[in-house]
Amino acid sequence: MSPSASLLEVESLTVRLPIEGGMREVLHGVSLEIRPGESVGLVGESGSGKSMTARAIDRILPPGAAVSGQIRFGGRDVMSLGGADLKKFRGEVAMIFQDPRAHTNPVRRIGDFMTEALCTNQGVSKQDASRRAVALLKDVGIEDGERRLHQYPHELSGGLLQRVMIATALLTKPRLLLADEPTTALDVTTQAEVVGILDTLRSDLGLAMLFITHNLELAAAICDRTIVMYAGQVVEVRQSNRLHDEPLHPYTAALTAARPSIERTAPRLLAIAGRPLSAFEAPETECAFAPRCPYAQDVCRRARPSLVELDGGMTRCVRASDLVGHMELSAHG
Amino acid sequence: MSIAAGTATTVARRRAWSGAQGLTSPGIVIPIVVIAAATIVAIFGPLLAPYDPDLPDLSQFFVGPAGGHLLGYDGQGRDVLSRLLVGARTSMIGPLAVTVLCMSTGSLLAVAAAWRGGLLDTVLSSGLDILFAFPGILLAVLSAAVFGAGLIAPVLALSVAYTPYVARVLRGAALRERAQQYVAALEVQGASGVAICFRHLLPNMAGLIVAQATTLFGYAMVDLAAISYLGLGVQPPTADWGVMVAENQQGIIQGYPIPSLAAGICIVLVVVAFNILGERLYERSETRR
Amino acid sequence: MAEPILEVKGLRKEFGPLVAVDDVSFSLPEGGSLAIVGESGSGKTTVAKMIVGLERPTAGVIRACGADRSLPPRSTRERRRRGREVQIVFQDPYTSLDPRQTGEATIDEVLRLHRGWDRDRRRERIKQLADLVGLDDRQMRALPRSLSGGQRQRVAIARALAAEPRVLILDESVAALDVSIQAQVLNLLADIHDETQVSYLCISHDLAVVRQLTQETVVMWRGRVVERGTTAQVLDDPQDDYTRRLRASVPRPGWKPPGHTVAPAAV
Repeated sequence: MSPSASLLEVESLTVRLPIEGGMREVLHGVSLEIRPGESVGLVGESGSGKSMTARAIDRILPPGAAVSGQIRFGGRDVMSLGGADLKKFRGEVAMIFQDPRAHTNPVRRIGDFMTEALCTNQGVSKQDASRRAVALLKDVGIEDGERRLHQYPHELSGGLLQRVMIATALLTKPRLLLADEPTTALDVTTQAEVVGILDTLRSDLGLAMLFITHNLELAAAICDRTIVMYAGQVVEVRQSNRLHDEPLHPYTAALTAARPSIERTAPRLLAIAGRPLSAFEAPETECAFAPRCPYAQDVCRRARPSLVELDGGMTRCVRASDLVGHMELSAHG
Repeated sequence: MSIAAGTATTVARRRAWSGAQGLTSPGIVIPIVVIAAATIVAIFGPLLAPYDPDLPDLSQFFVGPAGGHLLGYDGQGRDVLSRLLVGARTSMIGPLAVTVLCMSTGSLLAVAAAWRGGLLDTVLSSGLDILFAFPGILLAVLSAAVFGAGLIAPVLALSVAYTPYVARVLRGAALRERAQQYVAALEVQGASGVAICFRHLLPNMAGLIVAQATTLFGYAMVDLAAISYLGLGVQPPTADWGVMVAENQQGIIQGYPIPSLAAGICIVLVVVAFNILGERLYERSETRR
Repeated sequence: MAEPILEVKGLRKEFGPLVAVDDVSFSLPEGGSLAIVGESGSGKTTVAKMIVGLERPTAGVIRACGADRSLPPRSTRERRRRGREVQIVFQDPYTSLDPRQTGEATIDEVLRLHRGWDRDRRRERIKQLADLVGLDDRQMRALPRSLSGGQRQRVAIARALAAEPRVLILDESVAALDVSIQAQVLNLLADIHDETQVSYLCISHDLAVVRQLTQETVVMWRGRVVERGTTAQVLDDPQDDYTRRLRASVPRPGWKPPGHTVAPAAV
């Protein structure tokens, strides 16, 4: 496998879930790829499907989910993995979540759940596993790791616990880290620290990362590439450093424009009417964003647009080539 | 690396369990049908009975099903079916009274304790804990010994015995509701505690209250039937399922089990129906959050 | 100088050995808009709760609309009276409405509390409030579970305004909303501020929201006020270390996270 080949490839992923009596689409034709060592941001609001994408990749979708499409990790088809292969996969792809407390057993000590995966799946001795855990805790900025191993989750603050979860995720030396809104529940100062840790460790270990967030600025700041999702579809893929100034899709522009600025007060924010939709709420015969889009024209309502390449990125807007560089990005003119 | 055509695959091998069954599922419909039947019988029993339940035919003691008597005669020559139909009334009224008393007292205590918290909560909880120590039947037997046999004393005694359980369960739910932000918003608006408790806390606990009441009915029915069986509740010759089990026991030994068993089966059917319904309703109320 | 519509002096709250709020003072001029900025553990929410009477201060003075309210109200009547002075919109749109009440019924209940109006007059006022917060008839008659987070917050805002308060406390009121919805609600709040002259006390950890909505800012850290000034001053030229760190932690184009720091030995 050549070094530039993808680590993770998702192709036309469509997921349907049993919701209120019927199977409804939550992801529609999602395609993305992550190269080894690359950090990719996945941005969206409610219903965008960003969390569901990560869960599909990690094979932890809710029961009753119907999946079509392909997910390939290191060339292997993820959906058909089983038994020992699945265990190996879990060691190579790690996931951290928004609320560490919901994913830790309150009656088990930190040391116990940190070393669990290593001991059971990779046959490492408890002693060795603990030593590795302490070393990793140091890497995430927790100096007194020995002491922490004996503590319970409730004895740690949210930020500290999230650092522990990062360390736990890295213990199995994964090649890909899926981070589902890992800092959303944290204070902004703690967020900056945690994100800094992730950044450093990533580059040290050559770890690829999919960073899921609703915060466009955060994703763009720490990821090489950013993917924007709306209504269960990918609507834009762009180099992060160009996303803010030259988005390729009106939705991205709208997200940028809607955010108040920390530097200035706007007389009025550029808010678009309506609310973000889930895949099953979006019309199938036109662009999902058309009902709310300030640049929508007839051509947008004729068919569901497909994802096309443009200017080094990808966009699902049929008018993109006309609109790039001309969209309103802020209320400040 | 081949690119295979996507095929739909179901990830989970088992059906998604939504956590609660719909109102039309068999687990809810069947018990309701049974309970409805029992209620109709309880109300219209005397009209439905083919024969006079108290009139004995002295030539037919413990005779099996024959000639128009679907379930035969009991130990005193009375038509078993008619007695069952009429007996439904006393068998259902007692538990109804217990349920109404317990649920009303229990909810009030629970909400008061949750709303006020502090000393009131501590005192009420401790007091109720003490009452917990007394099993219902024991209290009922004692009350019958003190006040004489009949339905009223055991009903009151069982109400006293069950209320702590109800109050405890409802107190937990009341505390959860009280912690919701809309309650704080109403406090800041200046709504009175009473208004908040009755217009907001209790209605939001309605699902749980109904579930509790249903289960409680079943338990009360068993206990009261047992009391009547022991001769301390409803007195013969009044038709009552518990009484019928007792007064026809001899029949089982003599080879005529139907009068006694039929009454027992009626009790079991209705109690089980209430229990199952109560459980299903409880599941629904919990998963609705 | 006119008396501030809300004034807090030397406010203190202890929870056992923990000092959650320590000597906090600030004043909100009538028609103005003041932010209390802080992260978790700063005590800002406790301050809000003390002002509306949901917590009892350990020490300090709170005055609103010319009357003292340093202690929680003793009677329901007093609570109601104070409800006409200061109201609050909470953060969580999912628990701040009674799930069994339509928006219409929620506001009607509040109107009945404060006013002796007949049904028609109340209905008229409900329509007015619904228009003010941008909700149509269908949405007002729906139960909360059919409404989105943004719509629920609008109902919560309408409910607070139904009491016609002079001060509206916004306790992280937009924090739980999607970005595009947040913008709608921020615009709405600005409109309401202009139309009704209500004064805002905005509790938030989000500096951009604070910039958009307020004129003055007070920064709290671990129960204390560490910086104060006009919002522009505090955000453009922070003097205190904590405020600087807070400002520097906000992601923006070109931002890189600070080199990772060692976690303090204490929790």
